[in-house]
Amino acid sequence: MGRGGRQLALGVVALFISTMIFWIPFYFVIINSLKNQTQSADLSMAWPTSFHFFENYKAVLSASEHMLVRAFLNSALLTILSIGILVLVAAMAGFVLQRREGGRASSLINFLVLAGLMIPPAIVPTIWVLDGIHLFKTLTGITLVEVSLHFPFAAILYKAFVASLPREIDESAMIDGCGGGRLFFGIIFPLLKPVTSTIIVLTSINVFNDFVNPLYFFPGSANATVQLTLYNFMSRFTTSWNLLFADIVLISIPMLVLFIFFNKKIVAGMTAGAVKG
Amino acid sequence: MTKVTMRTYSYLFLLPAGIIYFVFYLLPTILSFFFSMTRWTLTKWDFIGFENYATFFSETSLSIGFKNTVIYAIVTCGLKVVFGLLLGAFLTSQVKFKNYLRSVVFFPTLLSTIAVGIAFSTMMHPSQGVMNKALDAIGIIGPDWLGNTKLALLSVASVDVWKGVGVATVIFIAGITAIPQEYYEALKIDGGSNWSAFRHITMPLSRPAMNSVIILAFIGGLRSFDLIWAMTKGGPGFTTDLIASIIYKQYQAGFYGLATAGNVILFICVSVLAFPLYKFLTRSEVDV
Repeated sequence: MGRGGRQLALGVVALFISTMIFWIPFYFVIINSLKNQTQSADLSMAWPTSFHFFENYKAVLSASEHMLVRAFLNSALLTILSIGILVLVAAMAGFVLQRREGGRASSLINFLVLAGLMIPPAIVPTIWVLDGIHLFKTLTGITLVEVSLHFPFAAILYKAFVASLPREIDESAMIDGCGGGRLFFGIIFPLLKPVTSTIIVLTSINVFNDFVNPLYFFPGSANATVQLTLYNFMSRFTTSWNLLFADIVLISIPMLVLFIFFNKKIVAGMTAGAVKG
Repeated sequence: MTKVTMRTYSYLFLLPAGIIYFVFYLLPTILSFFFSMTRWTLTKWDFIGFENYATFFSETSLSIGFKNTVIYAIVTCGLKVVFGLLLGAFLTSQVKFKNYLRSVVFFPTLLSTIAVGIAFSTMMHPSQGVMNKALDAIGIIGPDWLGNTKLALLSVASVDVWKGVGVATVIFIAGITAIPQEYYEALKIDGGSNWSAFRHITMPLSRPAMNSVIILAFIGGLRSFDLIWAMTKGGPGFTTDLIASIIYKQYQAGFYGLATAGNVILFICVSVLAFPLYKFLTRSEVDV
């Protein structure tokens, strides 16, 4: 067998193994979301004896007074708001931190930002603070928590990217009479687009799939996010696996769509963040 | 700093981020050291010194979380490094269907941890689950993956690896792609095998990527919560409880001071284990 032949054989073996390891769980969930309750109780890989696509998905969407629909709205709002605020404040911070590197305050700030990447958040004290400023159990409160937890990573990416923008840009803008605000919003921020899109993609995956923070900081059925509905349905639907699996499929769709459109971007962003950061 | 610099790169730009980061992250972190030494109901607190810590380490049901967390972090981190490196090397070779395979490996990273946990816990069902039925077919009686006290923690850890190995692989792919091709060409001229290329070029020169993977996976392992909660809730008994799930249980039971002490123990774990590891890894790094 030639070199090309061996690579092809290896590729085929890899296709087979990847199907076993990575596709079977997906197949299992999707196929069981289409069965009736009795057949799904077998938890088997068998083909459905009858298809119940519309019934199952409609049942999940309308359960507990359309809780899942409300949860989708909450999760979408939380994700969009968090990303909007995060991108704005982290880009401004990353810009100044890079340009003033070596300044008096910057090494302390850099240390605090780096610590945020490692040290886990203190949960109950955060609830106490949120409660004190009347933001506990509010969308504003959890949005700001998500922003603060994703800030270190975003700021470090922005800082690394700003370092690649020549200072001559700033200087010529200053000569033209630009102040800090116009320099940043008019010239620098648009140039940050590549790293901004990386941050948007990575943060939306993290915030949309977040379970821990909504569990602590956004409790209550009116506030449910999609991850919490799944968790709540887990106890309610223990006998209706078909509905539980239909819920899993539904809440996975947004991120799968994101993946299809941003596949390359996600991978590029992961590597930039991990290796340079 | 000149006046122009002060005006153009004003620290005022840090203010919005600074306020949010301080109020919602730094302040609670600082406060946690105080509140971990109190009996606390969110409205009232009594200072009790180190009593919460003493309770934590004297009750097996609590201190088991400490041991489990360290085991969990080491196992998941180790497996992600090994599989990530192998997959990274494999997926940067001339193999066919490379782009497709890269996507497939990365895919689970996008899924919700809770969804993955629920799906795998049904597949790991001792009598009905797909995994044991498959083992049955080849004549092996599968174990009770999540009900066996010796196995449950490792079962959850392996699902964690399934979900997280994609990130490790992508980082290794980036690191390996950055290795200059000349090294491989020189080795080929000297008649080296693929194995020696992997052993003497890929492994040592992808060290920066490996360090990133180790740190990310290790800290991620120490902080893990959602997967364990979706799959076992800490059971059977307390055999899969991690510090993070103990914090949640104590919080639910209204022991806020004790939950916060758990949090401080988690910081200390990260500081005592992960920071020195980071220092050690970056010091011994070789430049490419």
